[in-house]
Amino acid sequence: MLRKLRIGLAIVAIIVLTFFFLDFSNLLPESVQSITKIQLVPALLSLSLGILLLLLLLTLVFGRVYCSIICPLGIYQDVVARLANLFRKKKLRHKFRKAKTILRWSVLSLVIITYISGLGLVLDLLDPYSMYGRLAVHLFKPVYMAANNGLEHLFTAFNNYTFYKVDIHFWGWVSFGLAFASLLVVSVLAWRYGRSWCNTICPVGTVLGFLSKYSIFRLSIDHERCNQCGLCSFNCKASCIDNKSESIDYSRCVSCFNCMESCNKKAVQYLPFWKIKKTDTAKAISKATIKTDTSKRQFLSVLMLSGFLLPKAVAANFNQELVNGLRPLKRTIPLMPPGAGDRKRFNSLCTSCHLCVSKCPGNVLQPSLLEYGTEGLMQPQMLFDKGFCNYDCTLCTEVCPSGALQTLTKKEKHHTQMGRVVFVLENCIVYRNETHCGACSEHCPTQALRMVPYKGNLTIPEPHPDICIGCGGCEFICPVVPYKAVYVEGHEIQQPAKAFEDEEREEVVLDDFGF
Amino acid sequence: MNRRNFLKTFALAGIGLAVKPAKSLAALVPEEKKAEQAVDMVAVMGGEPDQMFKRAIAEFGGMNRFVKSGQKVCIKPNIGWDRVPERAGNTNPLLIAEIIRQCFAAGASEVTVFDHTCDDWVKCYQNSGIEAAAKAAGAKVLPANQESYYRQVELPQGKILKDAKIHQAILDSEVWINVPILKNHGGSGLTISMKNYMGIVWDRRTFHMKGLQQCIADICTLNKKPVLNVVDAYRVLQTNGPQGRSESDVVLSKALFVSPEIVAVDTAATSFFNQIRSMPMDVVKHLGFGEELGLGTTDLNKLNIKRIKL
Repeated sequence: MLRKLRIGLAIVAIIVLTFFFLDFSNLLPESVQSITKIQLVPALLSLSLGILLLLLLLTLVFGRVYCSIICPLGIYQDVVARLANLFRKKKLRHKFRKAKTILRWSVLSLVIITYISGLGLVLDLLDPYSMYGRLAVHLFKPVYMAANNGLEHLFTAFNNYTFYKVDIHFWGWVSFGLAFASLLVVSVLAWRYGRSWCNTICPVGTVLGFLSKYSIFRLSIDHERCNQCGLCSFNCKASCIDNKSESIDYSRCVSCFNCMESCNKKAVQYLPFWKIKKTDTAKAISKATIKTDTSKRQFLSVLMLSGFLLPKAVAANFNQELVNGLRPLKRTIPLMPPGAGDRKRFNSLCTSCHLCVSKCPGNVLQPSLLEYGTEGLMQPQMLFDKGFCNYDCTLCTEVCPSGALQTLTKKEKHHTQMGRVVFVLENCIVYRNETHCGACSEHCPTQALRMVPYKGNLTIPEPHPDICIGCGGCEFICPVVPYKAVYVEGHEIQQPAKAFEDEEREEVVLDDFGF
Repeated sequence: MNRRNFLKTFALAGIGLAVKPAKSLAALVPEEKKAEQAVDMVAVMGGEPDQMFKRAIAEFGGMNRFVKSGQKVCIKPNIGWDRVPERAGNTNPLLIAEIIRQCFAAGASEVTVFDHTCDDWVKCYQNSGIEAAAKAAGAKVLPANQESYYRQVELPQGKILKDAKIHQAILDSEVWINVPILKNHGGSGLTISMKNYMGIVWDRRTFHMKGLQQCIADICTLNKKPVLNVVDAYRVLQTNGPQGRSESDVVLSKALFVSPEIVAVDTAATSFFNQIRSMPMDVVKHLGFGEELGLGTTDLNKLNIKRIKL
């Protein structure tokens, strides 16, 4: 019963969350985004005290149910494990394993220490929600988009225009590669060992595991009924039931209730702790858990860490030579998404779940490489090769679960300067060819690039960076190749944009055609 | 303040001047000749968008002069920007709906509507009100956001633009109707019927690269001409076009110009706009280029124009 409930909730949670990441045509109602906001790490970073309290209570009452019905990466592993059994002649029998306590706490310490010392990257890489987000955006979404395009092809052939074609985006090798690598590692572990990722590496698992040791409701084995058949242990994907000592390691139990349902003797029960009869074996187990060889892993993680720190010095160096007489552009400060505010704050709060990347209708938000430095690897930046930031759109600021992007109203966004326009006269078509253009001004929502009289009837852009919001419409549309005549320079701290002033106008009375 | 006053006086004087010769010229043409000459253009003022179109098309003798029973019709509004109708960034949805209804009444087998937008197309289609209005009137609203919807077409008469990728909805239709909105445009002075062609093209940066005004004229040499150009001037964006930045850019001018003659109807619309804000013909250079390419005349005196005030 409890297991079925758990499975039901988990299925709903993973489908809704995954679909929220894939849903490019906004079929889901906005309220669905709350499923991303109840994720632990984003809630912690955004200091959503209500949610944190709720999750704390949930864990202290029911144990690590979070890992079974809320965490998408956890549910994903259950799906993999279940699929694995379909491919096996005989169902996989889990067996009790010693807890990798030192490894778990080393990873958690590494995450915390690096985070405090300003390198949030380790957390970004290991936060299970963000890991899953990147799987969804970089691996699942292309498949979903391709399926959509297939349907479009089919339906359009029959003159039905329900579907429309979409671009399938590839957001660079780093994000794709890391998503693919984490998919591989997590899937292989889940295929062979069930929930071992959650109980060795996952920092959220370690924290919740620690808390769940003090939870009110726990799974327990009734020694009078238990005949030590081992079924519960075979079915325990966390490998935390030692049926010889008839004990359960609560720090690893994810409350999946598989043991309960598998027990023929009804010896496995889910009870409040005061109803559980204590035995000395419970203590024995915690002693048995020490001594694991973790030095190799620690060495590897240190190695990885130093690997991340190195490339900072190698940050992009622009070629300064003229090409076809065009001056190369050099954006020196990357553009943060709307609502990012202060760069330091943004870099420390964003966990690169890439929900904003997936949701951005203009495909402006793209995972960065080293533009923000190592600490900001994969965090979204605004690039204008595929589109520009829609003036009235505030979607990214609404969906961001970690508070890295603070929610902006339309009006607030209109007065936020994400970057400032830079006009490069010698690259401009009007200057070079003396023909009409105005593409940049056409795309400028505030007329920060205003067409002013030039030679004869020609008009030429005149920059007014004070009223520029940095949407990049100008940079996107400027037709000059390979170096545009206009680009947007970023800010370390986003600035208020001056409001443009409406021209005073006389009432126009039109009572004739004029021809 | 001085310049503004001067311009205002100038514009008013322009109105006065424009009215007089038109009347006197009309008087010069013998009555019987005027009656037998078919209507080349209908200009309507003072009504709602749908009402003005009804009147205009009636003056032409009904929509079935342009759309025959069983034909596939494509309607090409300007839906370039993520703007609501009050901001005059896009063609009025009421007008589009009325044209669609007229096409079906004339026996059209299918009516499609699309535009290659500048802002995100989903938002443009939605917020312009055109998608909903067109669907309600029974038209199919097609996307234009992917290169694969476009096919390569040669433009042998083009001066600098020799080919372009054109949306298949235009190429596969039997007749198409060009329904721009009259707006100020930072690059080309004004955007009217000729400039509206840019929304049937995939690669528009080429236009800006090669010379915007000439390319606009060149694309209009496409051998499939619209049977009608319907210029929506119900609300006119007088400044900061083509997207405008606030409602102060908009003038409620309540006018409509309909003609199969693309250069002429744009010339008429330019003269109309000139009453709101000075806009000499040689700023809207593509009109002259169009005339050079033999696409029509900028001399409105050569045409039989019906002017109707509702």
